Formats: sequence, C-alpha cells, structure tokens
Amino acid sequence: MISHISINTLLLLVMLIAVLWTVMGRSLLKATIGLALTSAVVTILMFRLNSPLAAVFELSVCTGLITVVFVSTISLTKPLTNKEIVELSKERNKRFGYLPILLIVISIALTFIRIRNNIIIPPVTTPELDVRRVMWDMRQLDMLGQIIVVIIGALGVVILFEERRRDEW
Amino acid sequence: MSGDYWQIFLTFGFFIILTFVCGLYCMLVSRNIIRAIIGLELLIKAVTLLMILVGYVSGRTSVTQAMVITIIVIEVVVAVVAGGIALRSFRYNDNLDIRGLKRLKG
Repeated sequence: MISHISINTLLLLVMLIAVLWTVMGRSLLKATIGLALTSAVVTILMFRLNSPLAAVFELSVCTGLITVVFVSTISLTKPLTNKEIVELSKERNKRFGYLPILLIVISIALTFIRIRNNIIIPPVTTPELDVRRVMWDMRQLDMLGQIIVVIIGALGVVILFEERRRDEW
Repeated sequence: MSGDYWQIFLTFGFFIILTFVCGLYCMLVSRNIIRAIIGLELLIKAVTLLMILVGYVSGRTSVTQAMVITIIVIEVVVAVVAGGIALRSFRYNDNLDIRGLKRLKG
C-alpha cells in the first residue's frame, strides 16, 4: 500500500510540474505541449484509479485532439518578433512570478488544515455495473446531450474557421 | 472510509487543489486568449480527476466514468470553439489580446 501511495504521489508531483511548466512557460507551443503532458499523466492516474475507459478518452481526446487544435490555432496566428518576445517574457515574469509563491502558501495552508475524517459515503447497495451499461441504459440523456453538443461544436467550427477576405468584414 | 482510502483521497485532493489554483491563476492573469483557454483546460482536468477519485473511493467508478466521458466530450467542443473565436479575434485585431474581444460585434 505504501508503494502504491508513493507511486501516486510521484505521478501527482510530475503532474504539478507539468502544470507549472504549462502556465509559466514563455512559448505558447511549449504551453500546449505541457498541457498534453499533463493530460498524459492524468491518464496514468485514471488507470491507477480503476477508470480505464475514461483514461482512454482522456488520452485520445485531451492529449491528442486538443493538442492538435491548439497547435493549429497557434500556427494560424502571426509569430512574434524577438523584441516582442523579450518584452512579453518580462511582463509575464512579473505577472506569473507570484504563482509559485501562491502555491507554496496554499500548500502550507492545506498541510496544516486538519480535516476530520467524518466524510460519510453511503454504502454501495447494488453491485458495480459495467460502464457501457451505465452509459447506454442509465444515462441516455447524457448521450443525447453529447451528440447535440458535438453537432453544435461542428457547426461552430465551420462558421468560425471559415476563411474570409478582410475587406468582407 | 478506511484509512488507506482516506490517505489516497487526501493526497490526490492536495494536488488537485494546486492544479485548480494554477488554472484559475492562469485564466485571471493572462491576457492571451489561448493561454486563458489553456487555464480553462487545467481547471477541467482538475475537476475530472476529482470525479474519478470520488468514484474510486466510493466504489462507483462506472457512474463517474460515464460522467467524465461526457465532460471530456464537452471540453473538446469548448476548446475547439474557443480556438475558433481566438482565431477570429486575431484576424480582426491582429493580436491575441483578450481585451480585443470587446471590439467584436455581431
């Protein structure tokens, strides 16, 4: 059990480092790669928490598809000049310099907060169901909502990514 | 809740809160639209991991997995549409400053 907890802690530490790299990195592209790395670590944690189907979704969609979308968006925008990069990095360092300090303060506060072990979880009366059965039989409205959201998203993408000449605007 | 599960819950909860704070800070402080979307993604990731953790601790992983899959589908649609809005804003304003969104009309 101790090794189980320590592996989880190690993975969580890697996740936090990836998150910090994402947030504080200079380049947008590196931030996107940091986000993909965070998703990959979250995937491993989901596998370790007995949720393989959600982990597969996280890996394929969040690590793959969202990274591709972000990289495409970044590649369609204008790259900055060296002077602008230097100015922006100075400004960013000034604004994001507080983040590690904030995290350390919150970590210390969380460490000293003593949470009483009185969270009551209702006992499981029914046996664990198969996730596919839950999705298709019990949560059909969720599936319908997902289909509607995906269709609306596709329409939104078609409209927003549509190429137009500047004089038309 | 047994001691081992409680320990896992506390360890994960600690890092989930830190991830949430990082995402929130990124959204509040950054003026770049793409970076704000990345902050939103981090927030969603923290919530997703918390749901999976709760499912593991309470022994109902199937229900939480179904919910997390719904969250992931919605997350990707939000990211794609937000990316499109960022691109539109860039074409209109020639930069990715989030304050430029105020100038978009219609």
